[in-house]
Amino acid sequence: MAQVSSIADEQASTPLSSPKSIVLRISKFNPKLDESSKFMEFTVPYQKWTTVLEAILDVKKHFDHSVAVRYSCRQATCGSCGMMINGKPKLACFTKISELDSDVVTVEPMNNFPVIRDLTVGFEKLFEKHQKIQPYLIRDDSELESDEREFLQSPQEVEQYIQFANCIKCGLCNSACPTMATDSSFVGPQALAQAYRYVADSRDKGKDTRLNIIDESHGIWRCHFAGSCSQVCPKGVDPAMGIQFLRGYLLGFRS
Amino acid sequence: MTEDEHREGIKGMANPGRYGIERIAYLLMRLTGLGLLGYFIAHVYETSNILRGRMGWDDFLAMTQTTEGHIFLALVIGMCVFHTGNGIRIMLGHGGVGVGNPARPDYPYQPASQNYRQKIGIYSSIVLAAVAMMYGMAVMFGE
Repeated sequence: MAQVSSIADEQASTPLSSPKSIVLRISKFNPKLDESSKFMEFTVPYQKWTTVLEAILDVKKHFDHSVAVRYSCRQATCGSCGMMINGKPKLACFTKISELDSDVVTVEPMNNFPVIRDLTVGFEKLFEKHQKIQPYLIRDDSELESDEREFLQSPQEVEQYIQFANCIKCGLCNSACPTMATDSSFVGPQALAQAYRYVADSRDKGKDTRLNIIDESHGIWRCHFAGSCSQVCPKGVDPAMGIQFLRGYLLGFRS
Repeated sequence: MTEDEHREGIKGMANPGRYGIERIAYLLMRLTGLGLLGYFIAHVYETSNILRGRMGWDDFLAMTQTTEGHIFLALVIGMCVFHTGNGIRIMLGHGGVGVGNPARPDYPYQPASQNYRQKIGIYSSIVLAAVAMMYGMAVMFGE
């Protein structure tokens, strides 16, 4: 059942000189109480710069404070506000309403993650898989002595992994992945891209360990290079590239 | 799969409309793979009819000489050509060939792994499959 409401003009945080408004459809679902999700609809004014997160917070502040949404930095750095926006996984703080080119904006919880409530999903499995690939430098002399300098790298060596170090663990790639849609045990593009991030790091000596971890039935071989993970990444990480390079190591194309 | 995992399932996996030509190629690759597997099984059954002698063989072969049979074979040709062409692209990609090089990303973050070489590979496979199907139909219906 949908409920249509308009934020009162004097209450909206967006200046009301804005002649434009959209219908914001918010998925409401509490797994402990509800059998299925339902959509609540709100008419929200917006400006050219209004983000989807700001629109949701307008609704939360002025009309329905029970809307559950996780957010923090509002600048695509914390990776908290990932959700399905008009059917695609995006960061709400990084998506302007004006860019969606639609009079109706539908927000739902990210696919392939358990729903905690409304737009908030659980990241336990994401972090579990992230930890599984040992996301830290592995080497015997990782502890520096007081008279030593840090492990030096050339700019070219940094270039090999710095792109993958941009991951903010927002989970959008796992949400877009067609394999994750059907295989709950798949390690996922986020963890695989991070495996490559450390394998490609010249300071790291744990390549064989990590390749052994991902070389399993629900590991890297389940990736079919659909590339959706790279298309939705808000930080330009390009997990699909990292995964293919990792597979190159396992197939003997790279050393 | 439990309900609280909120998985998209087969419906989400098979929805090609949201992520561009690469996701369409992914779906086509899976469908043509299944189609070719089905054809392989049917082909083994068909050729086993030779054990029934020449009459049995000719009777079964006559089924492929109908309009429906020609359309079916044209589809098999299309599936075979697309699966081969796109398969070569995928295999090279799996080895890290043609997927770009790591670099500091610049906004708006166009993924290097989805570069023009990959798109050319996909479109070429589709065009080649269409041309092969048309040629196959011209030969079969032109008899």
